[in-house]
Amino acid sequence: MASDKRDMSGQVKDRGRHYFDDPKRWKRLIAILIAVCAVVFALDIANPIIERMTGFELRHPERSWEGFPEFYAVYGFLAYTAIVYTAKLLRKGVMRDEDYYDR
Amino acid sequence: MIGSLPPAAVMILGALLVPLLRGRARTGWVLLLPVASLAALLSLGEGEFGQVSIFSYELTLVRIDGLSRIFGWLFHIAAFIGLIFARRGGSALEDASALVYAGAAIGAVQAGDLITLFVFWELLALSSVFLVWARGTERSYRAGIRYLIVQVGSGVILLAGIIAHARATGSVAFDHMGTETLGGKLILLGIGIKAAFPLLHNWLTDAYPEATYSGAVFLSAFTTKVAVYTLARGYAGTDLLIWVGVAMTMFPIFYAVIENDLRRVLGYSMINQIGFMVCGVGIGTEMALNGAVAHAFNDVLFKGLLFMSTGALLYRAGTTKCSELGGLYKSMPKTAGLCIVGAASISAFPLFSGFVSKSMVMAAALEQNLDVVWLFLLFASAGVLHHAGIKIPFYGFFGPDSGIRTKEAPTSMLIAMGMAAFLCVFNGTFPTLFLYPNLPYEVTYVPFTSAHVISQLQLLFFAVLAFVWLRLSDREPHELPSTNLDADWFYRRFGKGLALAAGGVASRLRDAVAARSVAAAGSAIGSARRYMGPTGVWGRTWPTGTNVIWVAILLLVFLLLYYASTPVTSVPPPP
Repeated sequence: MASDKRDMSGQVKDRGRHYFDDPKRWKRLIAILIAVCAVVFALDIANPIIERMTGFELRHPERSWEGFPEFYAVYGFLAYTAIVYTAKLLRKGVMRDEDYYDR
Repeated sequence: MIGSLPPAAVMILGALLVPLLRGRARTGWVLLLPVASLAALLSLGEGEFGQVSIFSYELTLVRIDGLSRIFGWLFHIAAFIGLIFARRGGSALEDASALVYAGAAIGAVQAGDLITLFVFWELLALSSVFLVWARGTERSYRAGIRYLIVQVGSGVILLAGIIAHARATGSVAFDHMGTETLGGKLILLGIGIKAAFPLLHNWLTDAYPEATYSGAVFLSAFTTKVAVYTLARGYAGTDLLIWVGVAMTMFPIFYAVIENDLRRVLGYSMINQIGFMVCGVGIGTEMALNGAVAHAFNDVLFKGLLFMSTGALLYRAGTTKCSELGGLYKSMPKTAGLCIVGAASISAFPLFSGFVSKSMVMAAALEQNLDVVWLFLLFASAGVLHHAGIKIPFYGFFGPDSGIRTKEAPTSMLIAMGMAAFLCVFNGTFPTLFLYPNLPYEVTYVPFTSAHVISQLQLLFFAVLAFVWLRLSDREPHELPSTNLDADWFYRRFGKGLALAAGGVASRLRDAVAARSVAAAGSAIGSARRYMGPTGVWGRTWPTGTNVIWVAILLLVFLLLYYASTPVTSVPPPP
């Protein structure tokens, strides 16, 4: 990562490139995320197999509806999406200009 | 105890010296005070101290038990870290008000009676408003005035409740109150304003973002957490609070998504986190109360850390608006990293502090068969990830480059943020070393089970995946300069319009009355002039003869009346 240097006028000049200036770095980060998601996703599928083999349960559901595989993954994904869409809907009703209260 | 001073007095009295000190002397003094105050607190041990009798009421200035002790710890740590953060550029006014404010918070959680509580409650309002005003802008001045009106109003309602409670029970002891009596209801309303209950919450999202960059750090630590403490003390197990808490976790997440100012996003985020605590207090079991208190402790640290990193942004970049920020990690990589620690903590990633406290409230809800409540809280957890876990670090430091180039945050700020970040990880990784043993009840909850870790990772990583998908497909809401209408519209627009309209009617009424009065007075003067004036009938000079006739008529009338009043019976003859 390059450091910022100041030019003659004292203005901070941005020289060189920074870590995320390279789109490949974003792509790598997303690839890591997808890999992690795949692992935690697989754990729910592996859970009954591990239990049959070792008798140890990775995740014992407290409630029946929480017990079906991938409950948390699906809930997390849907909740997040629902929040974003609801918020966009809310924005239609409540958004005003920045100086709304100053006028 | 230092002399016979209660711990709260150390910082409040110490603040009086602050305006006389400068530079390093001031730094040394303000950092010494929280340490001395904590030492005073720890030297006391558990029990009640400073009993005073006023007008047949027993006041207890200091009560230290399991519940008040952990809040005492928390407020000292928060004051110390905040004062380090405020070293760069903070004025003596800010230092002094922050010290009084912290002292008032400590006094409030140690108050053993309601009258002492009320005094510190109002002191919280009066000392903290200067942290808003110290920003010195027109906006902060107006926001401060609104903040002060609401906060003092909360105190007045609290006082009314205390009076009703004292009349009904004959006692001002601060113990469990419940909502059965009028006093209990009013006190809950007073606390509810400070705890930012739904519809009573806008003072927070209004004033906190207008405070100075260090002022917001102090503000986020004390007022609402004092309210959570008073709820836990007086209203544990009040069913109503479960649903109030759920509502508080839910509605701010939508506002936080569309809010442009990062510090206002954090304001909504605070309401969301307090919602988890209020819900825990409402459930009221030992595990739920432990969870509420532990989460209050962790929230002060990670929310403080987030307010500090956005404060550093404000200090260096001059703005906290998403629409103007982006790419700041290039100039402030350390601040960005510390911000991510705060974001991971509030999102409750394993090994970060939110993971060991928020889950305690949720486990308590499930234990009490509040399945629907649990589902709402889980939903809100995904919301936390959006606005605090992703939005704050991403739009603050990483998003599309804004072209702003500045310097890394000053060392004092980095030290303060580093301390908060350390405590977030420490509490999240080793909860049994400090946090759990200091909770009011014995902890049986075990956070690090494979089930909890796996389910939490599934929830969070798939929510992050949703963010990536929405962002790449341009479905994320755009960052727009805007104001979003909330409940404060009712007093900032509707109420103002109503007041102006009422003023208009009153002024028209006054004009009409004035016009009529002038006309009536004018006609009265006219007729007086007509009859009494130089040419009027009464103003004429009358000849003497006329007067003689009038005098004769008067005498005649007098004579007739005299005869009429004399008894008809004849006077008896003299003997």
